Amino acid sequence: MKIAVCVKQVPDATVHKRIDPETKRLDRSGEGALNPTDLNAVEEAIRIKEAQGGEVVLVCLGPAKAVDSLRKALAMGADRALLVSDDAAAGSDLLATGKALAKALEREAPDLVLFGQASGDGDGAVLWAAVAERLRRPVISQAAELSVADGAVTGKRQTEHGYDTISAPLPAVIAVSDAINEPRYPSLKGIMGAKSKPQETLSAGDLGLDAGDVGETGSKTSVLELGPPPSRGDTVKLEDDGSAPQKILDYVVERRLL
Amino acid sequence: MKFLVFLEHHGGELEKGGLGALGKAASLGEAEGVVLGPGAAEVAAQAGVFGAAKVYACEDDALAAPLPQPRVDALATLVEKSGTDAVLFGASVLSADVAAGLSARLDAGLNWDLTDLVLEGEQLVGKRPALGDTVLVDVGWTGGPRFALVRSGALDPVESGGSAEVETFEATYSDFSTLATLLEQTQEESSGPSIEDADIIVAGGRGLGSPEAFSLLEELASALGGAVAATRAVVDAGWYPYATQVGQTGKTVSPKLYIACGISGAIQHKVGMQGSGTIVAINKDPNAPIFDFCDLGVVGDLHQIVPKLTELARSRRGGS
Repeated sequence: MKIAVCVKQVPDATVHKRIDPETKRLDRSGEGALNPTDLNAVEEAIRIKEAQGGEVVLVCLGPAKAVDSLRKALAMGADRALLVSDDAAAGSDLLATGKALAKALEREAPDLVLFGQASGDGDGAVLWAAVAERLRRPVISQAAELSVADGAVTGKRQTEHGYDTISAPLPAVIAVSDAINEPRYPSLKGIMGAKSKPQETLSAGDLGLDAGDVGETGSKTSVLELGPPPSRGDTVKLEDDGSAPQKILDYVVERRLL
Repeated sequence: MKFLVFLEHHGGELEKGGLGALGKAASLGEAEGVVLGPGAAEVAAQAGVFGAAKVYACEDDALAAPLPQPRVDALATLVEKSGTDAVLFGASVLSADVAAGLSARLDAGLNWDLTDLVLEGEQLVGKRPALGDTVLVDVGWTGGPRFALVRSGALDPVESGGSAEVETFEATYSDFSTLATLLEQTQEESSGPSIEDADIIVAGGRGLGSPEAFSLLEELASALGGAVAATRAVVDAGWYPYATQVGQTGKTVSPKLYIACGISGAIQHKVGMQGSGTIVAINKDPNAPIFDFCDLGVVGDLHQIVPKLTELARSRRGGS
């Protein structure tokens, strides 16, 4: 069983995120980390491999320094990493990103493609469905449980209304929910071993993509302007001295909320 | 500008998210809707009241299960046939997958998580709060058709009292689109009003300390005429049903009043509720992030405060 996990580098949680007013893109110059929900996909892939054997390949589109983040997933137990990195690909929207990832995945031809559910920088929240469409493979998203057997994958999808159990023949594309598992911490042995695991970096051209397929030229959406969000008024803060319930009630009654 | 709005339906009713997008489309130009699945034609007629001049319906059995890929096939046919400039979706697990698949199929741009859409001259512009809603980004499309996913709860349906012409159509399906099959469906029913419809929400997080403490919130919600919601942490822990989960991986709500009890205010929760009119937070940790984006913040023990507040709210109701 060959499993590809699509992962992404996002600004580290400790970095103050900003959008560069010049390029209107997210400033990715600071410390990066693997998108937290991608770790659930990596964990699930490793569990399937541990149970059934096979290989786990990380596939990532991002800047060259994304290799630092990929190392963490290798330390968890992934076998190797493929990074598609190209200056021409910077600023790719959903369409262009989907195109590039699909090309990389075609090259790997995995039985199963896994995605985490939403990226921490607000991008790519719907990427899996676009990639599945390009690969012409069935897709199951928001999977809170997953099982792979007899050439088919079955996922329990969390929806607004409850749970749907959906089955699809392999090869298939699955986006897992972050409720699916608790990602492991890499062991010391894993961390040491990660350094010698194969990491390959390819350009858009290596995948047979034209410069016009990716980046802003390959995108069909654009960022026009940045503005401040609608602001909230001042916060009233108080410590409870026993009178808080009355104060809360007065506050909401004054604002005609009751 | 001509809009096509994807209208999801559940239990014979059109979903609020699609109807909200429909109202917006009707205010910006010519609005048409599309309803898919057996029974679609009958449900489709409801859309007229919410601003659709015309609704397309496809009743194919291939669309019976709530799976995205056959819907991509049906919509691809229709978008080309109807000559629409923009296709709008109310965000949901299903709609997001349909929108992204369709965007790839037709090689057209998709903007998502929009809280509003406006016309600037002839140009359609989407409003998207980003980075935990700390910045409002104006987004556009470099060509048509334009696809947009509207954040759940961002646009309210508007009743215009009109009626819609319903036109049925047939679709053809790609070989790979029908490979996924629905084996089983389990509904999760929560008691009381749904959190998407409630004007008042009382929400609980890990600070409740135990699943039993949700009964305190249920009593307060009942006294206020509101609904109970929960954070991901407590839903994951099995304390409360997923249907009530607010946040990035749950629902986005915008009630008039949101009372957050024992909720720290992690970004994943914040994005689901910060559109609320007034936010009251009760938390014993004075440094909880929720105190940075609430209107009234109370540092204290919710187990003391909530029951008293319930009592006060009840006596006010009884007395007035």
